[in-house]
Formats: sequence, structure tokens, C-alpha cells
Amino acid sequence: MPASADRPGAPLAIYVHWPFCRVKCPYCDFNSHVRDGVDQADWRAAYRAEIAWWAERVGNRPAASIFFGGGTPSLMDEATVAAVLAAIETHFGVTEDVEITLEANPTSVEAARFAGYRAAGVNRVSIGVQALEDDALAALGREHSAAEARAAVELAGRIFPRHSLDLIYARPGQSVAAWRAELDQALALAGEHLSLYQLTIEAGTAFHTAHRLGRLHLPEEDVQEALLETTWQVTAEAGLPAYEISNHARPGAESRHNLAYWRGGDYVGIGPGAHGRLTFDGRRHATVAHRLPERWRQAVLDAGHGRESEDALAPHIAAEEALMMGLRLVEGVARARFDGTAVARLEEMVNSDALDRLVEGGFVDVTADRLRATPQGRRVLNAVLAELIA
Amino acid sequence: MADPAHIRNFAIIAHIDHGKSTLADRLIEHCGGLEKREMTEQVLDSMELERERGITIKAQTVRLDYRAADGQDYVLNLIDTPGHVDFAYEVNRSLAACEGALLVVDASQGVEAQTLANVYQAIDNDLEIVPVLNKIDLASAEPDRVIAQIEDVIGIDAQDALPISAKTGMGIDGVLEALVQRLPAPQGAADAPLKALLVDSWYDPYLGVVVLVRVVEGRVAKGMRIKLMAADTTHLVDEVGIFRPKHTKVAALGPGEIGYLTASIKDVGETQVGDTVTEEKRPTAAALEGFKPSVSVVFCGIFPIDAADFDDLRNSLAKLRLNDASFQFEMESSAALGFGFRCGFLGLLHMEIVQQRLEREFGLELITTAPSVIYRMHMTDGEMMEIHNPADMPDPVKIADIEEPWIRATILVPDEYLGQVLKLCEERRGVQINLTYVGNRAMVDYSLPLNEVVFDFYDRLKSVSRGYASFDYHLDDYRKDDLVKMSILVNGEEVDALSTIVHRSRAEKRGRAMCEQLKDLVPRQLFAIAIQAALGGRVIARETVRALRKDVLAKCYGGDASRKRKLLEKQKAGKKRMRTYGKVEIPQEAFIAALRTGD
Ligand SMILES: Nc1nc2c(ncn2[C@@H]2O[C@H](COP(=O)(O)OP(=O)(O)O)[C@@H](O)[C@H]2O)c(=O)[nH]1
Ligand code: SF4
Ligand SMILES: [Mg+2]
Repeated sequence: MPASADRPGAPLAIYVHWPFCRVKCPYCDFNSHVRDGVDQADWRAAYRAEIAWWAERVGNRPAASIFFGGGTPSLMDEATVAAVLAAIETHFGVTEDVEITLEANPTSVEAARFAGYRAAGVNRVSIGVQALEDDALAALGREHSAAEARAAVELAGRIFPRHSLDLIYARPGQSVAAWRAELDQALALAGEHLSLYQLTIEAGTAFHTAHRLGRLHLPEEDVQEALLETTWQVTAEAGLPAYEISNHARPGAESRHNLAYWRGGDYVGIGPGAHGRLTFDGRRHATVAHRLPERWRQAVLDAGHGRESEDALAPHIAAEEALMMGLRLVEGVARARFDGTAVARLEEMVNSDALDRLVEGGFVDVTADRLRATPQGRRVLNAVLAELIA
Repeated sequence: MADPAHIRNFAIIAHIDHGKSTLADRLIEHCGGLEKREMTEQVLDSMELERERGITIKAQTVRLDYRAADGQDYVLNLIDTPGHVDFAYEVNRSLAACEGALLVVDASQGVEAQTLANVYQAIDNDLEIVPVLNKIDLASAEPDRVIAQIEDVIGIDAQDALPISAKTGMGIDGVLEALVQRLPAPQGAADAPLKALLVDSWYDPYLGVVVLVRVVEGRVAKGMRIKLMAADTTHLVDEVGIFRPKHTKVAALGPGEIGYLTASIKDVGETQVGDTVTEEKRPTAAALEGFKPSVSVVFCGIFPIDAADFDDLRNSLAKLRLNDASFQFEMESSAALGFGFRCGFLGLLHMEIVQQRLEREFGLELITTAPSVIYRMHMTDGEMMEIHNPADMPDPVKIADIEEPWIRATILVPDEYLGQVLKLCEERRGVQINLTYVGNRAMVDYSLPLNEVVFDFYDRLKSVSRGYASFDYHLDDYRKDDLVKMSILVNGEEVDALSTIVHRSRAEKRGRAMCEQLKDLVPRQLFAIAIQAALGGRVIARETVRALRKDVLAKCYGGDASRKRKLLEKQKAGKKRMRTYGKVEIPQEAFIAALRTGD
């Protein structure tokens, strides 16, 4: 199939989804599956095949970032990671300073593979610590202890040039003071990057059921807000300010891969359930792969790819997505993002009365070249977006 | 044409659930009006809703052929009447077509409020009343006590009351014999000019408008040119017939007979219940007395939840009206709810039935505003205006005073719940008129403002008496009082659909309840929302829907973009049903929910 990408040579991001986990965490609604005896050689072959197929479809564009997400990518054999990276190198090519991140769970078994991942080319790990208290870890259904997590993080710090920690807060019963203390520890442990997520209850999870049955209570909204404020304040003071709603980094140490999502870059999705956004023929396209791992693999065997759908996004939808993703960033969204799309000017796509009200209310800032949500606006971004574009 | 001496016209009157419909079934069965396989329970209650709720809305009639103990054949015309107070008017016109009535009283329950209301109407119409004690099969039946009650409370002789079980069929023969022996035969000369009472009319999809008549004098037959005297219209009779209970054509209807005619009448609106039917070329000298037309006493707005259903709603209302001339509607528009109709009803049950029929038979999703009564506004310039929509209330400075309708209510309740019932009536501004005892049950008469009754009074009465109180009322008079319009304001702007007219003493409580409720129904937004209840410019209750404090997705990466966008699409669709108040948009659903939960 002839390549028809519009941006020959422009780097892109590649997301690789590894869908398997040892157990299903009770809060998790990701595309993750528990399977016995995953034959890594078979899966490796499937990833390689799909990478080749997408490279053909996308044309000559190197990867500026690669991200292994899941599921639990730290359950991949080192050889599997190496094979995937080799395939990307071969079929897409990579930029000189390519960022290669792998999500890892901090059990000792998984930490034992860190060196092998590094050898395969991984240069950043994002470690799913989730909490630094054993009780909380147990409540979250995690398989590691706080001590194990610390050890894994310290090891990662020695092995990888960059690492990040994930934590879940606003947990049932968590006070602002308790979180503050935990956050201080996390900052001491973290290198340059922290992802701090407030616990949310997602449909189809064990927590969802418990929540509906009244067995699990999230903190009140006021507490959630105070927790968010504290998080933003403490991380900023520690030199890792929020650059996105839940992501904090030393300036310059942001996750480049994730920035590509929020800044509206192109990305390819490899693996079961992976999404992509790619610009073909001047239009942004949304791609989705089969979610079920086995179905995806069968599709790759049959057709060379696991893509379930690929749709051209209408210009106004693409513009809305740009706003929706971009306003999550502290830097906001550049007006230039809308240039050359059917939406000539930012003001044309948003509800201008609403924009005036939001500016007046202190929820957003408009400048000559950008639209940003203020901290007050970011706290209630769902409502801000609804005002602007719904 | 039957010989008047062998005709008996009768109605069955009873408190709800005392067994009127069941008795009618037994009588029909006994006289072979329907084959066994055609008998369904309560054959006369033909509308689905009537069956379900066990009430009769339209007057139904059936002609029974009965060979009496004296060996002679009689024609018994039964008119089934609605038991509920809302349809008192229909009861009245059915009774006007009869010479007698079976007064059915549940032998275990005894006399109830509607028993009284109905029996008084029968007495007013000079009917011969035959008391029947039903449900005698029940172990709890106390026929002697109930006989004493009927004599005490109603003041009629009940020594000959017939003990029966409509359920088992016991005593049905005795009922039929009593009809023949105790009711007077109709009078009236067959050769006199036609004089017939227009009892009811309805729209039948096959026959068009069907007119139920009771012939008083003369005869009516196919091909006759009739005149409706009050309406002053003439029509050519296409068909005359009787109900067995199915339509059955006959050659003519003579004195004392009850039956139907069709005459290419387009619209039930052209037929006026109580009108006198006569022959055009040989009219009767004097028309019958007729009735006062039924009047709407309760009004509410009915709006489609989906604005796209407006035309459907209009068509459905028009169709319903074909069969129920007693409700009225006109278009109205509300800022909060869009386009809809202001509708008038005979009472609350009537309102509920119309709503349910619209939803059920026509598949419409509706929202109704709080029910209102008719207020008389006496203006400072001497004018008088009748207002039933708070939105139409004139500027208070131009109003000299306001009158509201009062009712006279009769409540029967076991002694142990009396205290609660009195308390409820007092809360509703009631004035006690009388308190007596019927056995161990108290019978209280109250004067009550109708506007206090239209707000959940039945439900409250039921709950404070555990379902043991029975209630009936009639409109009494208009009285001046301190009535005010209470508005509900969202961010300072009035929500028209939520305005009500209330007594000043009740305003604060109701206003506070409304504000509290709305506070929970209006979704929180970026800006705080003020919800107020106000009388004129004065705020009497206030709540604030606090601004959102936190509402943001924790995670939104490459795979989440589509999901989040779908969420926004949904919100976009929802916005079409929003209405802006001040800086904020309130979903119509919030007002709908507020109206649903009532006060
Ligand atoms: N046990 C008993 N129940 C009866 C008798 N007559 C009617 N019922 C029941 O009482 C209820 C109300 O009867 P219905 O004829 O609908 O009363 P209506 O409201 O006066 O028309 C129904 O459940 C009947 O089955 C009777 O003679 N004995
Ligand atoms: S390890 Fe991660 S992806 Fe797997 S179930 Fe737990 S939270 Fe979900
Ligand atoms: Mg009935």
C-alpha cells in the first residue's frame, strides 16, 4: 500500500500496548487482561508484523518517542522489548534523542528485568508505585509492598537515565495531612517526574461495585479540591510543578511522549486496543485496534494489522480535540494549532459568550497566541470545556 | 319498542370498590346479555385505565331482558355511573335518565363518603333507592350494623336491604325482582312529540359520534330529522339502537327507553349533554330542564418533554377530547418548558387520568405543572378577572382583593385516625363544620380551600389514615383571603413554570421546600446559582447551588481522547434543552424533576 502521509520526515510518537497483567487491580478500567502462559515468541511476532504494517501505512516518519504501556509492560521478556524496539528502528527509524519509556510495576521480579530493558534501549521508566503505605497498597489490590517499591525506584534511578513515579491519591479516608506526608516521601524518591492521579471510580471495576454498594467512599469534593491544591503547591515548591493536570516535572523533564498527545502530535498505536491519531491527506484520522488480545493477534495474523477502524475526523472535531487535550497543559493551547484547519480562528470554534464569561470568571486566559486554563479553570476543566464547546 | 310498563331504568351507586362493577357483571350474566366466553370481569369498564384502576369514567349502559317471577318479560336498563367525586356531574346526568337506583354498600365497610355524595344526588333526582348490602360472603360482613348506619346517616328505610354477594352470585335474583317490583315504570306517551334527554355522547371510530338518549315522550327512529334544542341544530338520524352491551340496531326507541342514535354528527362538541332531542317538524312544547354544564375546577400546564412532540400532543389532546368533552385545553408557552397546553379538568383524578391516557394511549412523555384552581381577582378599577395560571396574575398593586374557591368536604374515618385527619385539615386552612359518629367511625364536615386540596391532599389523607379515610367534596363558594403569587427565581430570573398562587401563611414553608429541592436538582456548575422564592419583590427563601470545586479527569492520554469527546457530544445534545438564567444554563430536566416530585 502506498504511503500517503502528509508529513514525510516529521517525527511521531509510537505507543505500544502490552495488555497482560498478573492480576486485575480493583480500580483499573484499562485494557488489561489476566492470561496464563502468554507465549512471548508468538506475541513478539505479532507486534513486529503490526509495526511493519503501520510503518508502511504512515510512510517515512521516525519515532521521537516510544511508550510501552499496558497492562503491565514489565511482564514483557527483555527479548520482546528488544524485538519491538528493533522493529521500530528498522521500519520507522528513530530520532537521535528518542525517548523510550516503559511502564513498570515495582515488584522485585519485575525490577530484576530493569537492566535487560535498559540494554534493549529503554531510557525512561514510569513506575506504578501507587502508594507508599502498605495498607493503602493492599486496599488498592497491589502486589508489592512499600519497601519493594522504594527498592525498585532506587534501582531504576541507578539503571535508567530518567524515571517517573505514579501515585494514586484522594484515596478513601485520606486526609490532606496524610497525603502531604506521603507526597514529601514521593518527592524525595522521585527523580524528575511524578504522575499523581486522584482515584476515580470507573464503570466495570471492582471499586465501582463497592462504591455503589456504599462500601467505598471517596473523599468529599471539598477534600478532593484541597488535595489537588496541596499537590500543585507542594510539587511546585519542590521544583516539579504541574505541567499537566496530573503530571509534574522538573522543567525540561516532561514526558515528551505524553506531551505529543496533549499538543496534538501524531501518534501510532501498536497492540491490542491501542488508539492512534495520524494526519493523512490534510485530515486528522483516529485509529483504534481490536481490544481483545487474542482477536487483535488473529487480525494481525490474517491481515498484518489489528486495526479495527480508522476514521477521518471532521475539522471541527479535530479542533475540539485539540482544545480538550491542550487545555490540560499549563501552557495551554497555541492558536497556531488551529491555523490551516477549517477552523480559521480559535474564537470561531468556541462559544464566544462562554469564553467571555470564563475569562471574566478567571477560568481561562486568552493571549495573542494562546488560550490557557488558569489553575482555577484546570480544577474544573470538564465544566470549562463543556461551556466552551458543548 | 318496549312497553313502558315493562321497562325499569336504574343506576348503581356505590363508594369505590364496594362492588358496583361486579354486580353489573352478575346482572348482565344472569340476563344472558353476553355469552359466558365474552364475559370479562367488569365488562362495562371498557377503557384499559378504568379496568386497571377500577373506576368508571364514562357513563356506560346496558339493556337486560329479564323474565320476572310473575312470568312477564321486562326490559331493565342499567346505567353504570362513575363513583368518584370528580365525575359527580356524570353521575348526576346518568341518574337523570333513571327512575331508581341500587345503592350498593359493602357490608363489611359500611357507608363511606362517596356513598353519601352519590345517594344525595339520587335523592335530589327523586329516584327510588334500593339498598343492597354486598360482600355478604365475607366473614367480616356486618349487615345489621350497616343497615343501621344507612338509616342513621342517610335517613332512608333500609329494613328491606338486599343481602348479596356480587362475587358468588348469591342474591342476584332478589336484586332483579326488587328492580321490577320496587322501581316505578317510566311514564310518557308514545304518540306525543319526541322529547329525549341527551345523556352522553362519544366518538366511535366506526359509527362516528354516538349519542346516548333517554326517551321521555314520543319515539325516535331512523330517517327522522331531529333537532337538538339548546344547540339549535338539526340532524338526520342514521341509526338507532340499544346496548346489550354491544351495539344492537332497533327500529325505534319509545318512551322510557334508553339507547343510542347516530346522525352524521361530526364532532362531540356539537352535542351538549343535558340537551333535549326533539323532532324538527313536530317539536315538543317544553325542553327538559337540562344540567349546568360541567366546569373545569383544576388547571395545569401540560408540556411535551421533547419539544418535537408538540404536534403529537396537540393531536392527541384533540382526539381525547372527542370522547371527553369535559376537559379543555388551549396553547400556552413557558420560558422554562417551551410550548405546551393549559388544560382544565373536573378534578384531580380527572387530571391524572387524562395525563395517563396521553402517555399510555398516545405514547407521549409529558411534564405537568402544579395544579391550580380558578382565582377571582377583583381589580382596583372594579373589574373582575378569573385567573388559573399564576403566569397571568396581574400586577398586585392593581388587585384590590383575591377570592379563591372553597369546598365542602365530608370525611369518614375510624376514630383512631381522627386526630391526624383533623390536624391535616387544620394545616390546610380548613374550618370544621360538623363532627358526628357513624358507629365507631367519625364523620367530619370541613370547609377547605380547594387550592389546599389540589396539592397532595388525597395522598396525605391516605397516609395519615393508613388508607381508612374516605373523602368526598363539592364546590361551595368563593372567599376572599390573603393570597399571593410565589415566584421561584434562578439567578434573579423567574422560572414561570414553577410559580404558584398560595396563601400568605403557607408561602414561606412551601417556598423553602421548593428551594431546597431545586438545590439538589440543579446540577452544580462553574458559577454559584442563587435559587430564591419570592413574593413580589420580597425574597422569603433562598438556597445556593455552590459552584463546582473540582471536576476534571485525572487521566487523559492518547486512548482517552475519543471517549472524552463522546462525553462532550452528549453534553452538547443536552444543551439543546437548557435555558439560560443569568450566567448559567439550567437543564430543563431540573425543572421537570422539581415538578415531578411536587411539594
Ligand atoms: N368478597 C367479595 N368481594 C367482592 C364482592 N363484590 C365485589 N368484590 C370485590 O371488590 C373489589 C371491587 O369491586 P368492583 O366491582 O370493582 O367495585 P366498584 O369500584 O364499586 O366498581 C373487587 O376486587 C371485587 O372482586 C363480593 O360480593 N364479595
Ligand atoms: S497493573 Fe495496571 S493495567 Fe494492570 S490491572 Fe493493575 S492498574 Fe490495571
Ligand atoms: Mg368499578
